Amino acid sequence: MSTSDAADQGHDPARRRALSCLAAWTGAAVVWTVSGGIPRALGATNAGSVSPAEKNALTFVQISDTHIGFRKEANPDVVGSLRRATAHINSLPQAPAFVVHTGDVSHLSKPEEFGKARELLQELRVDRVHTVPGEHDTIDEGVTGYLKYFDHDGKGKAWYSFDQGGVHFIGLTNVLNFKAGMLASLGDEQLAWMKSDLTSVSNSTPIVVLGHIPMWTIWEPWGWGTADSQEALALLRPYGSVTVLNGHIHQVLQKVEGNVTLHTAMSLAYPLPTPGQAGIGEPGPVTVPAGELAKVLGTREINVVQGKQQLALIDTPLGS
Amino acid sequence: MFRVSYRDALRARALPALLLGAAVAFPWIFAAAAQSGRTVEIDIAKFAYAPKEITVAPGTKIVWTNHDDTPHTVTANDKAFGSKGLDTDDKFEHTFASEGDFGYICTVHPFMTGVVHVRKQ
Repeated sequence: MSTSDAADQGHDPARRRALSCLAAWTGAAVVWTVSGGIPRALGATNAGSVSPAEKNALTFVQISDTHIGFRKEANPDVVGSLRRATAHINSLPQAPAFVVHTGDVSHLSKPEEFGKARELLQELRVDRVHTVPGEHDTIDEGVTGYLKYFDHDGKGKAWYSFDQGGVHFIGLTNVLNFKAGMLASLGDEQLAWMKSDLTSVSNSTPIVVLGHIPMWTIWEPWGWGTADSQEALALLRPYGSVTVLNGHIHQVLQKVEGNVTLHTAMSLAYPLPTPGQAGIGEPGPVTVPAGELAKVLGTREINVVQGKQQLALIDTPLGS
Repeated sequence: MFRVSYRDALRARALPALLLGAAVAFPWIFAAAAQSGRTVEIDIAKFAYAPKEITVAPGTKIVWTNHDDTPHTVTANDKAFGSKGLDTDDKFEHTFASEGDFGYICTVHPFMTGVVHVRKQ
């Protein structure tokens, strides 16, 4: 199964078959390695087990789109789904250094949703949880309400960077700065910050970028893209290893652009249609048959091995 | 006195039936009347405003209702009016006092656009 470069296939039913293959896949995980910028599936692990990470590897986990506060038919128990993911992460043979959450922490940007989410994320047995805001986290007052709960560096900005395990991490906000009818964007202020942030990072340093909306245009009529992502990618192009982790579309897709690989992730709340899916005119929650939901929700483990321009990604559904 | 009262009573009983008959026979008259009247409904469903474009008379109140499981907003392009995030079945209303063209979007999904034209009729 390969979902590589799937975004270019838009309406192609073959891509939907690939996704349904993903959905039908029971409890196993596919290991992706990124070598020379080309993701390659190494093989499936046995149900419930994860390949041991190499020594000296930095391991972290990506979760996304928890939508705390959502309680409709597509998933009446998003809290239970996050707790199930937490139990999985807490039981990983090699404890991850931290967890990243690529946005839509809440469903309606309500303070009680942010508060509940923060409480739930504290159940993760990791040092830190790094988040970026999704459009569901910025509904009534931009990032202000979100920052009351998730101001990671105390600077009052929802974008930030940090270094860990020899990797430079950049968290971005790409859900605001839009014009009517247009895609949301990073905006000039954030791009200028990113440019200045990168001046002290050597080209051989692996970079991992976190952003909610995909940093490439997957399906513009549904807002599945970032208006000025090419400007950000231009800043990243000189670097030998760039991995962009996104959420928003509640399904796994990949794209490769030179040394830059971009990945979207599964949600922990509910599935969404495939991009522009025939017969579904809007990107709203999809209700799957009872018992199928855990197969389309999931987490992602990422291993960065020192001295190798290689990241291994393991996507694991919540259940079979 | 008796005759007048009797006639009034007859008229009062006949009027609703007459109106109903007229509404069935000439629905466009009543659609037009609704536009120049007080309240017009716009549905938010399947990530779209329906109708997306509408023309109303000054003084018309518009009520938007979100029917989706996903939150949406009604936010004027010039920020002159705007809702909070509308959860499922939440409503937002705004009365358009003066003539003009009022474009609006959903700030959660800026690809969702609508416009209200306010014209004297």
